[in-house]
Amino acid sequence: MISEPFAAGTSFFHRMEPRIRIVCALVYSIAVAVCVSFPPVVLALLFSVLMTGAARLNPGLLFRRIAVVNIFILFFWLVLPFTYDGDPLFRVAGLAVTRQGVAFAALLTLKSNAIILGLVALVATMSFVTMGHALGRLGLPDKLVNLLLMTYRYIFVIEAEYGRIVRAVKIRGFVPRTSLHAYKTYAYIVGMLFVKASERAERVYGAMQCRGFKGKFYTLSRLPFSRGSWVFAGVMGGMIVCIACLEICGNG
Amino acid sequence: MAEHAPLIEFSGICFAYPGGPPVLRDVDFTFSGEDRIGLLAPNGSGKTTFFHLIMGLLKPQAGTIRIFGKPVQKERDFVAVRRKIGLLFQDSDDQLFCPTVLEDVAFGPLNMGRSRREAVQISRDMLLSLGLDGYEDRITYQLSGGEKRLVALAAVLAMGPRVLLLDEPLTGLDEKTRAVIYQYLPACGLPYMIISHDLDFLLSATTTLYTLESGRLVPDTRIHVHLHEHAHVLGDRPHKHT
Repeated sequence: MISEPFAAGTSFFHRMEPRIRIVCALVYSIAVAVCVSFPPVVLALLFSVLMTGAARLNPGLLFRRIAVVNIFILFFWLVLPFTYDGDPLFRVAGLAVTRQGVAFAALLTLKSNAIILGLVALVATMSFVTMGHALGRLGLPDKLVNLLLMTYRYIFVIEAEYGRIVRAVKIRGFVPRTSLHAYKTYAYIVGMLFVKASERAERVYGAMQCRGFKGKFYTLSRLPFSRGSWVFAGVMGGMIVCIACLEICGNG
Repeated sequence: MAEHAPLIEFSGICFAYPGGPPVLRDVDFTFSGEDRIGLLAPNGSGKTTFFHLIMGLLKPQAGTIRIFGKPVQKERDFVAVRRKIGLLFQDSDDQLFCPTVLEDVAFGPLNMGRSRREAVQISRDMLLSLGLDGYEDRITYQLSGGEKRLVALAAVLAMGPRVLLLDEPLTGLDEKTRAVIYQYLPACGLPYMIISHDLDFLLSATTTLYTLESGRLVPDTRIHVHLHEHAHVLGDRPHKHT
């Protein structure tokens, strides 16, 4: 089940207009991602930490989220310092660790954390549904928005159906083995899941027709632009310009 | 339209699923303005198919369906029918596809061209009348089975139907939710048809019983549902009647 632990809250970020948040998060992420020098990335990381602080999120949960991302980054640290061409710093088991490699890995780490924290503060603070509607208002085609929202609605039903099939298989003594019987059983499970999902899709479409569906979803949520949201958009824009300037000056 | 003019008329309806045996054979059936019909038949005998034919979700291979006096054939004809006939599905998960309860209940009214404000008002009233006030922002997939059924019923009723078709409305529900539906239906003032295997429920909620026998819809003459009271010696001990 997809839980949205950060979506419930009353901070400034939670109340901000979701479209502004999505656009800001997108531009900010791209700006940080293309940086190749340290000063703008460090600035971005500080700003992201500041934003997550202002969003008043559960620190334990936040730490766990960040930890998951950094486990992936750990793999860069295992590879990059040894494989990047440059001046050797020291040797580990006969392999040279290069200064440039360490710098590159460090830059990646800072960038990733800055972007993730920024996304947590800006995007994870809205519910999935709000995000879907906001994307729709931003001009994402109706079909994609509907696909997104319907997937979100039915993924749990399909997961529950999968759970039922797996339980049915287990209580009759099925043990996964490397045998033709096991492969066949898995093929049946997957096939059954497809059949059930497509039948359900038909029934859901029937139910939608019964309620007068003509291809368009109407949304109840209204998304007013508050003055605070615009002020934040301004601050965010300023921040992105600062990052860009630092990056350009550093390289120029 | 006259008070007792037939709302739904089937004449000579035949239906079979592709590659399957006939499910309905030459069905003639009339549903009038004040009918409260119970449909009691074995599993797989075509009860749900019958409801889906009325709603135009399935199309018959032969015969004509007239609804509110007009023959309905094409998808376009059924669009109007669906606004006036409310079908409660067997599995509420099929029926609740919007993320939140309020959006789901408002889906029908919005499709019928109501304004956002009206749709919200209708939905809130409907939820309130089924004892679901405060559920507006709940996430539909997180509701219990009983809550899902009631929200689905609210969603059907929010369209202001003139006839209700209920496909096993009590199946899988707890006592509390059963009681809500038990009380709501007979008091709602709408004609309806109920598919159910629950004789007690059919007895209290319907006036006529039908069954499906080898593809034909017939009034059920074998089962007479009735309550009786009697007294006998040792009647307070568990006992059987033969």
